[in-house]
Amino acid sequence: MPKITYIENNGTTRTVDVPAGWTVMEGAVKNRVPGIDADCGGACACATCHVYVDPEWVAKLSPRQDMEDQMLDFAQNLKSNSRLSCQIKVTPALDGLVVRTPKTQH
Amino acid sequence: MQRVVIIGAGQAGVQAAVTLRSEGYDGALTLVGEEIYPPYQRPPLSKAYLSGELVRERLFLKPDAFYSETACELRLGVAARQIDRAAKTVSLSDGTSLAYDRLLLATGTRVRKLPLPGASLPGVYYLRGIDDVDLLRPEMRAGARLVVVGAGFIGLEVAAVAAKHGLHVTVLEAASRVMARAVSPQLSAFYEREHRAHSVVFRFGAALEAIEGADHVEAVRVQGEHVPADFVLVGVGVVPNCEIAQAAGLVCDNGIAVDEYTATSDPDIFAAGDCTSHPAFAGGRVRLESVQNAIDQAKHAALAMLGKPVPYREVPWFWSDQYDLKLQIAGIARPGDVTVLRGLLDSRKFSVFHLRDGVIAAVETVNAAPDYIIGRKLIAARAIIAPERLADISVPVKSLA
Repeated sequence: MPKITYIENNGTTRTVDVPAGWTVMEGAVKNRVPGIDADCGGACACATCHVYVDPEWVAKLSPRQDMEDQMLDFAQNLKSNSRLSCQIKVTPALDGLVVRTPKTQH
Repeated sequence: MQRVVIIGAGQAGVQAAVTLRSEGYDGALTLVGEEIYPPYQRPPLSKAYLSGELVRERLFLKPDAFYSETACELRLGVAARQIDRAAKTVSLSDGTSLAYDRLLLATGTRVRKLPLPGASLPGVYYLRGIDDVDLLRPEMRAGARLVVVGAGFIGLEVAAVAAKHGLHVTVLEAASRVMARAVSPQLSAFYEREHRAHSVVFRFGAALEAIEGADHVEAVRVQGEHVPADFVLVGVGVVPNCEIAQAAGLVCDNGIAVDEYTATSDPDIFAAGDCTSHPAFAGGRVRLESVQNAIDQAKHAALAMLGKPVPYREVPWFWSDQYDLKLQIAGIARPGDVTVLRGLLDSRKFSVFHLRDGVIAAVETVNAAPDYIIGRKLIAARAIIAPERLADISVPVKSLA
């Protein structure tokens, strides 16, 4: 099962197994990683699952779709490696992925 | 406060538990749920779970470890029967009872049943919980004839999934347009066209007379005509579960009546989520059926139970996924609002702003997340913006807030 590492804003690091086909958001919520609210449950409707993808992984992800781009435009502290974690689907190729959670989702 | 009991293990119930613990409550905490499942998300039921894209395990809101680690006792498959307000106990269907210092009612809603002859025939389905969808999914075979009763969110989301799977879908609606209770006529017309483009057939002003069949549904009779059906999905709304509150003498009014701090007419009993009628953001009272209300009201209920009340006056928001269209709504439109279209319907990316006395009161957006996000802010600020400016897509939406 792919391993995903979540690094909180305060530096707390957790590496957890996330089944392929799930999203990075679900991996966080199911493993009680704080800092990802995901109020809408992954429908790309609330922009409360913002993460920063570790630079070396950015190019390995499928690119942002239009809706994700539009939602992210309103995230706090947007960076070039910002993603909505509900839109990143975990695949075996993402084994080892590292994401960081922002200070706040609102 | 030593003992909190939450009746209802849905989105609101579990959110209240989360917030109670994160706010430092360390007393006993019991979450009572009538279904056998731990708290799960309902929105995907009529969408990705029905279509099979999402396995059941992905519906659950929290991992099992959450309940043990936070000492939140789950009592599942058990219904609350009666509240004794004097003794401050709740009796349960398994014969036990729970004592409480504070009680939260997050009892949700149940589907409205069709009061028609034949409505209990095999092949007639409703959609509210996991079990409903597990029964419905095997019927979703290409070529099957589905009759959907009710063109609300549930009916249309199921119609969209079914149409994509190659079923023949007919939607019967008593009103004159789709989603009439929730969206503006412009939106209704747009969504009706989209569904028709996927070969969905509509009948409006439909007065249902009976569901027909020998030992399984075969047709729906509408104004004397027989609409053939291999199965029927009924989505004609829900009713709030407030009987237990009513029986305990709590004030109910289209839901369990709460104040802006989520307290019922008993100061030790609170209520949150779909089951409540509460003071509305836009004035008056409202009962909402939404994830947003469940989450936000539950957070407020937890704070109020802990003696840290904050008034609940959030802007309501909703969403619906049909085909590749993301409908996002903020605020609640009312008949008589002035509507302003921003963008072109044909671009399948537009929004409809609703102005009430010049103030932005609601926005409905289709594939237009920026308009939705800005719209929410404008509604919260009770902003006044000239209709010409709202309609002008050369003015960036971000510059409006």
